[in-house]
Amino acid sequence: MIEFTPWSALAGGSLIGIATAILLLSQQRIAGVSGIAAGLLEPTERKQGWRWMFVAGLVLGTVLFQLLGGDTSQIRIDADSTVLVIGGVLVGFGTRLGGGCTSGHGVCGISRGSARSIVATIIFMVTAAIVVYLSRHVAGA
Amino acid sequence: MKQNLLALLSGTLFGIGLALSQMLDPAKVLAFLDFAGAWDPSLAFVMAGAVGVTAVAWWWQDRGRPAHALIRRGGWSGIDTRLIAGSAVFGIGWGLVGFCPGPAISALGLWSFKPLLFVAAMILGMALYAPARATWSTLQFGNARLFDSET
Repeated sequence: MIEFTPWSALAGGSLIGIATAILLLSQQRIAGVSGIAAGLLEPTERKQGWRWMFVAGLVLGTVLFQLLGGDTSQIRIDADSTVLVIGGVLVGFGTRLGGGCTSGHGVCGISRGSARSIVATIIFMVTAAIVVYLSRHVAGA
Repeated sequence: MKQNLLALLSGTLFGIGLALSQMLDPAKVLAFLDFAGAWDPSLAFVMAGAVGVTAVAWWWQDRGRPAHALIRRGGWSGIDTRLIAGSAVFGIGWGLVGFCPGPAISALGLWSFKPLLFVAAMILGMALYAPARATWSTLQFGNARLFDSET
C-alpha cells in the first residue's frame, strides 16, 4: 500500500531545488538529467568532467541516504525485464527528441516559466497517466 | 576543479532528494500517475518544492550575470512536433516502468539488477537518437520537420 507522504515529498523536492540552484548559480547550467547523461555520449563534447561528477553524485546520493539511515526497503520495481528494456529505450529516445525530462522541462523549465517546458511536462504526464490507466485498469482488469 | 566539485555536490543533493521524496520508487511514481486507482498525490509536493526553490534561483540568476544559452521563456512558437512527439514517447516509457532518467540513475545506488537494465536500455535509446535524426532528417511530418527543428 502506497501512503501519502507530503512532508518528505516537499523536503525531498526542496533538496532537488537546492541542487538545481547550485548548478544554475555556480556555473549557469541546467540540471536536466537526460541532457547531462546524453552529453556523455557526445565525443565532440569537450567539457565532460562536470557531467560525470553530477551523475556520480546522483548514485552517491542514494548510497548516502541509506548510510544516514534512510529506508529504501519499500522500493518496488514491478516491471519485468522486457518492459524495463522497452521502457528504458523509450525514455532515452523520447527525452532526446523532446529535449528534456522531468528535471529539465519539469523543474528547470516550469520554474523559468518556459511555455515549451510547460507543454512538454503536461504531455509526458498525461501520456504516462494514460499508459498506467490502460495497463492497470483496462489490460489488468 | 571547483566547478566539478560543485557539480558533484549538486548531483549528490539531487540524489538524496530523490531518495527522500521516494521518486526513486517506481511503485510510488506509478501510484501518482494512477488517477483512476488509489491515487497518491505526494509527487505533486516534490514538484512544488523543487519548482519553488528553483524559481528563486532563476530570480537570483537574472539579477546578476546574464544567463547565456539557458532556457528561454519563449512563446508558443518554440513548441514543435519534435517537442510534442518526444515528450509523448518519454511519457509512454515513464508510465510503463515508473522510472524517469534522474531516479533511474540514482537507483543504480541500490546495487540491484533492474535499475541497471533500465539505465542500459535508456543509454541505448539516447544513442539511437543521433543516427535516427540523421536518417530521418529529410522526412516531413506535415509542416514541421520532426528532427530538424534545433532549439
